[in-house]
Amino acid sequence: MYSEKVMDHFMNPRNMGEIENADGVGTVGNAKCGDIMRIFLKVEDGVIQDVKFKTFGCGAAVATSSMATELVLGKTIQEALQVTNQAVMEALDGLPPVKVHCSLLAEQAIHAALWDYAQKHGIEIEGREPPVDDIEELEELAEV
Amino acid sequence: MNRLVYADHSATTAVRPEVLEAMLPFLKEQYGNPSSLYQIAQESKIALEKARAQLARAIGAKEREIFFTGSGTEADNWAIKGVAEAMRHRGRHIITSSVEHHAVLHTCEYLEKHGFSVTYLPVDAEGTVSPKDLEAAIRPDTILVSVMMANNEIGTINPVQELGTVCRRHQVLFHVDAVQALGTLPIDVEAQQIDLLSVSAHKLYGPKGVGALYVRKGVKLPPFIHGGAQESGRRAGTENVAGIVGFGRAVELAVAEMDERNAQLRAMRDRLIDTILEKVPFSRLNGARYNRLPGHASFSFSFIEGESMLLLLDMKGVCASSGSACTSGSLDPSHVLLAIGLPHETAHGSLRLTLGRENTMEDVEYIAQVLPPIVQKLREMSPLYEDYMKQQQ
Repeated sequence: MYSEKVMDHFMNPRNMGEIENADGVGTVGNAKCGDIMRIFLKVEDGVIQDVKFKTFGCGAAVATSSMATELVLGKTIQEALQVTNQAVMEALDGLPPVKVHCSLLAEQAIHAALWDYAQKHGIEIEGREPPVDDIEELEELAEV
Repeated sequence: MNRLVYADHSATTAVRPEVLEAMLPFLKEQYGNPSSLYQIAQESKIALEKARAQLARAIGAKEREIFFTGSGTEADNWAIKGVAEAMRHRGRHIITSSVEHHAVLHTCEYLEKHGFSVTYLPVDAEGTVSPKDLEAAIRPDTILVSVMMANNEIGTINPVQELGTVCRRHQVLFHVDAVQALGTLPIDVEAQQIDLLSVSAHKLYGPKGVGALYVRKGVKLPPFIHGGAQESGRRAGTENVAGIVGFGRAVELAVAEMDERNAQLRAMRDRLIDTILEKVPFSRLNGARYNRLPGHASFSFSFIEGESMLLLLDMKGVCASSGSACTSGSLDPSHVLLAIGLPHETAHGSLRLTLGRENTMEDVEYIAQVLPPIVQKLREMSPLYEDYMKQQQ
């Protein structure tokens, strides 16, 4: 059902945990649907110096969170915003169709943490809109 | 870690050696079509009728009241759609419960789109259907009641005989999905006042692809699959002879060994339930503590999600199942867990372990050893657990 990469990131999640006094924290999803992702960011000079995640969800939810943290670590804010769910999926060698929403959630969790960072630090991020934290809404967006 | 513990017997079971042995001749030299005239074909016919007698005896029915099908699901479909069709001039109301298998629920939903109304009876916190609720729901236009004998997800056993009494008193046909119960719980269609009963072979160490419907003599039920004259003209299609022979042998063995097997299963189940509830904080048992299938345990673990648990258990060689959304193929967790009142997040964290004849107490100890660290690992990853622990401080 899952690729080897998905299983690897699920079994050995990278960057799992919390960052105390994080510069940005984003939580998306809801318990009702069975997926919640939380991303913690440490940002210095506009570069993501550290990133951690916590996830309540299925194997794909854990793996996409883990992969998303790897993809944004060391990136500038603008670069991190370019990391799409598609990129997360490709890096994991694909996801089953019913699990595509997990990658959307991972993308939105990163955005939510960046949004929080921008709000807290009074920074304008070009082209940023408030993050979407509802999976069903996300899936509707994905279908468009 | 090469140990394999199969603990998903409510999903399916392995064909037992005696059953396979009974089936093999009908896949090899005795391949004749039971409808044909010559000798090898007649042997198939005889074997088919022997299996029919074995199943009839197991449920207290007569041979001519047993009709083999391709699955338990087909039997459920046939019973419900068949009664609806035959009785639609008398009424268009059907009563079922909110915790039925999808084979019943989705069939009822289909009928709702075709002019029937359906009452979905609620269940109590253990998942039991109340005969009083049933009686209150019966209307003059009620034509059928369909309630399962034992629940596949939470293992709870319904008071079928009392429900049957209510149906008989109101002269409403009573269909029972006994797929989880056959071979495990005693069934007597006379005493339990059952008019239609669905069963399947692969839950009791028989082969997949064979089910049966018991139809009480006198119940009008039109054919569901049209074609040849097989099954007294009521279920066309060349019979799955080997499968049916296996079914007959499997049910015969299961009934003969029932008491002894159930005592072993109950001991293992109780040990599993007690140990897990004791070792894992924030855990609960779903369904009744004792009024449940002998090998059946269903838990919910707060703050974590079921599919992750299944993947990690699989790595340890433990085969189990869950009612989480990710395993149901939708965003909603199991309708059964929601019907017994679990909040969504608790229902997502459910785990079903169903033991069977090849399990041992060592398997139970093994599960009790590997499961708690898995739950702990996932909780350490969970933002819900983090929030909860911070609130407690």
